[in-house]
Amino acid sequence: MSKPKVAFYWCASCGGCEEAVVDLHEDILGVVSAVDIVFWPVALDFKRSDVEAMKDKEVAVAFINGAIRSSEQHEMVELLRRKAQLVVAFGSCAHLGGIPGLANVFDRGAIVNQACVNAVSVVNDQKVLPSEETTVPEGKLTLPLLWNTVKSLDQTIDVDYYLPGCPPPVNLIGEAVGAILKGELPAKGTVLAPDIALCDDCVRRDTKPEKPALKEFFRPHQVKADPEKCLLAQGLLCLGPVTRKGCGSVCVKANMPCTGCMGPTSNVVDYGAKALSAIASLVDSNDDKEIAAIISKVADPVGTFYRYSLPASLLHRRYNGSTERG
Amino acid sequence: MSSLDNKHNGSARVGVYICHCGINIAGKVHIQDVVDIAKKLPGVTVAKEYKFMCSDPGQEIIQEDIKKGLIDRVVVASCSPLMHEPTFRGAMAKADGNPFMFQMANIREHVSWVTKDKGLATDKSKALVAAAVARVMFHQPLTKTQVPVNPNVLIVGGGIAGIHAALTMANAGKKVYLVEREPTIGGHMAKFDKTFPTLDCSACILTPKMSAVRAHPNITLWTYSDVVGVDGFVGNFKIKVKLRPRYVIEEECVGCLECIEACIFKHGKFKDEFNVGLAKRKPIYVPFPQATPLVAVIDPETCAYFRAKCKKPCADVCEKKAIDFNQKEEIVEVDVGSIILATGFKTFDASRVARYGYGKYPNVYTSLEVERLVNAAGPTGGEVVLANGKKPKSVAIIHCVGSRDANSNKYCSKVCCMYSLKLAHLVKERTEADVYNFYIDMRTPGKGYEEFYERLLLEGINFIRGRVAEVTDWAMTPDEEEKLVIRAEDTLVGKVRRIPVDMVVLAVGMEAQPDADDVRRMFNISCSHEGWFLERHPKLAPVSTLTDGVFLAGACQGPKDIPDSVAQAGAAAAEALALIDIGHVELEPNTAFVRDEFCSGCRTCMNICPFSAIAIDTEKDTAVVNGALCKGCGTCVAACPSGALQQNLFTDEQIFHEIEGVMNYV
Repeated sequence: MSKPKVAFYWCASCGGCEEAVVDLHEDILGVVSAVDIVFWPVALDFKRSDVEAMKDKEVAVAFINGAIRSSEQHEMVELLRRKAQLVVAFGSCAHLGGIPGLANVFDRGAIVNQACVNAVSVVNDQKVLPSEETTVPEGKLTLPLLWNTVKSLDQTIDVDYYLPGCPPPVNLIGEAVGAILKGELPAKGTVLAPDIALCDDCVRRDTKPEKPALKEFFRPHQVKADPEKCLLAQGLLCLGPVTRKGCGSVCVKANMPCTGCMGPTSNVVDYGAKALSAIASLVDSNDDKEIAAIISKVADPVGTFYRYSLPASLLHRRYNGSTERG
Repeated sequence: MSSLDNKHNGSARVGVYICHCGINIAGKVHIQDVVDIAKKLPGVTVAKEYKFMCSDPGQEIIQEDIKKGLIDRVVVASCSPLMHEPTFRGAMAKADGNPFMFQMANIREHVSWVTKDKGLATDKSKALVAAAVARVMFHQPLTKTQVPVNPNVLIVGGGIAGIHAALTMANAGKKVYLVEREPTIGGHMAKFDKTFPTLDCSACILTPKMSAVRAHPNITLWTYSDVVGVDGFVGNFKIKVKLRPRYVIEEECVGCLECIEACIFKHGKFKDEFNVGLAKRKPIYVPFPQATPLVAVIDPETCAYFRAKCKKPCADVCEKKAIDFNQKEEIVEVDVGSIILATGFKTFDASRVARYGYGKYPNVYTSLEVERLVNAAGPTGGEVVLANGKKPKSVAIIHCVGSRDANSNKYCSKVCCMYSLKLAHLVKERTEADVYNFYIDMRTPGKGYEEFYERLLLEGINFIRGRVAEVTDWAMTPDEEEKLVIRAEDTLVGKVRRIPVDMVVLAVGMEAQPDADDVRRMFNISCSHEGWFLERHPKLAPVSTLTDGVFLAGACQGPKDIPDSVAQAGAAAAEALALIDIGHVELEPNTAFVRDEFCSGCRTCMNICPFSAIAIDTEKDTAVVNGALCKGCGTCVAACPSGALQQNLFTDEQIFHEIEGVMNYV
């Protein structure tokens, strides 16, 4: 019997998810001996044409990381969807849209202008912008279309499972691969991580006041955080209460507040809205002006509460004058 | 991904009933179209229309369908659930259905009454029916729970309203805890000389009731005390009362007042609060001769013992050894089942209307000060005199000071016209002065009130219709020298007039107590924006509040005169007695609950519950909702960061499916 075939692919991502696979260390040998990796652009020299040549459903599972924001990425994930029995959205960006999803606060024009013209490190006096087609003496050059809106993987193709995290914790990857190999999979659509918030196993939970209430918020560089005490109780915007556990609270252990990469639990429809209402609930004032002053300490609310999940939120993006999504 | 996957009972059978409400709905909504759409909705087994669903035959249609086994849940599209939700829930229960497998679509107040276009009204009705059907698919059978009612009652405030409520309850055999923050009960009424329109002596009718409170075996009276904590819920409140030290042992003091005589201060030196500053008192005092309890009180702010040292002649002279400078404040806790708030009002601060010269001209008085002047037990023994001790020859009474004024309070304080008439009468009687009433409108509705006004007109009191522009001492003619001049437009004559008088009385309006907002927070009720405590319904539940078991009496709910306050106090007592008589309260099941398996113990919910209904289960490290305390406000459910808290009848899946139901028809 031949070994199950596995594909890895990356879309709009930083490469950290690929690192996470490599972070399996020697365990990766076990994976490699159990499966055939048939496609992994970051590490192995297979081409798109190799995938196209496969039969439909020939690949047992495709792990796809990164958000979807270009026509090329869209084509590739549709191709992989056809070829794979299972598609796992791997990491925050594929799961919820991730950091690249914050581009949905802007639109394509603003992003391209910033990146190609206005950025201080760019010299582009003629204000040349990338276009889908460019004619040069040698012929016609093409580029994929950059979408106006960044999407999560399941907003573009059907997704079977989700591995959350930025990047997904190694133990969760190992458990997921094991479950797939054994065929012991939960219901389709499941996020392959514990379904309870991070506070559940936070080492600092017992230091949280009985009735947490805050008069002031701080950003991590503004205070020296007590390494034992609940970070939220210290006014640091730790999103542990809103965020699915499974990461081993690595950030909190490093004295940094949780930023929410594992996404919400299954009971929450919109992560940012929940985070916002949870944090607002802690504000200790009944005076409108004082409340406004306290809240004003939250720099960049969208980037704070929707850091990893703006595309997957109920709003998807900043309203761009059209009711069409895209 | 979310909990929106269909998890409802696949065999759900929904009955949809569309009400015509005569022509109220049918005049704007094509009923048959809505029925036709309803029939096609998933889960719907019966869709019918009827002229009046709330009528007996209408309810019977639903009951028949339940009994035949055609339906196990019901949607009625009719009026507001405020109106008839209990009706239809009751009808279901009578047919052995679960009354909470029910949802109402409001197609009257939300549709037919507010939509012009028939087509749009019909479309909106369809959307609301679809939403209700989508939602009711996720309803679960629920049951109401019962908890017993503690028969004791807390009454806060010992003015006439609190006194009347306390006596009513105590006479009915209930245990009453009456808390008053002043050293004596009696409130504002104790300061008045006469009451309108009968000119009864205020003290003569009030003090017997005060004594009765003191003597009543069912009443525990705590004066000089404050309620500092309220926990619990209807039928089962836990109250904390702080008894401030009066440095006189209440049980020992016999009210001989010899200690006051003996005080090293030979004469009163400090502001006498009871006489609104018109007299001076000693550091040890009783507010007035009929104070109840008649127990001296020592003001530590002014008593020499506390400021330096003193030989304590007061303590030496006391045969009962009742003076105790080591007294400390004490906290007592009591359990009660109901609460009556009778915290009263304060009078408007006349200095806020600078143009009337209060605080600037010594002969400008507030009405409450004049109440003390005309009172035989007051600082002048009932003589109405000017600051220089002479009788005034002319007196102006300015109405609506701090009432009916966009710059202070827009509302009418309701009592000022009548007490101004009363004061006009009394001042005239005592001084034979010319009395001028400057009024905007005379408002004298009430039994015998208009007749009293008539009487005053015949007594030769002058009435000038017009708001006074200013009170000034700037004389323009020799007549005006040494006088206060009232400048006002006489709107009946159509002229601006200047009237020189010796004394000005400002008829100050009523305002909510300055700490009304703290009090309402503690008792978990609402205030109107003027600060008056908010009744549950302005017409049909005027002494109830939105917090079950908390009732209102007297002017804390809004300006009131004595008869109204007493009537309301009686009504509040009756409501409390009714609650006690039933013996238990039924708790709505729309409460929040925690799904342990999803609760991370983050405590976000703990601080925001307005009813202190959430605790942490220390063994499981999860939050727990006390269903008896929970009022179903949903605050914690919205705040719960991981969706572990849900609320019966408002679960996420119910709400989101309801939204989807609407969106499918938009």
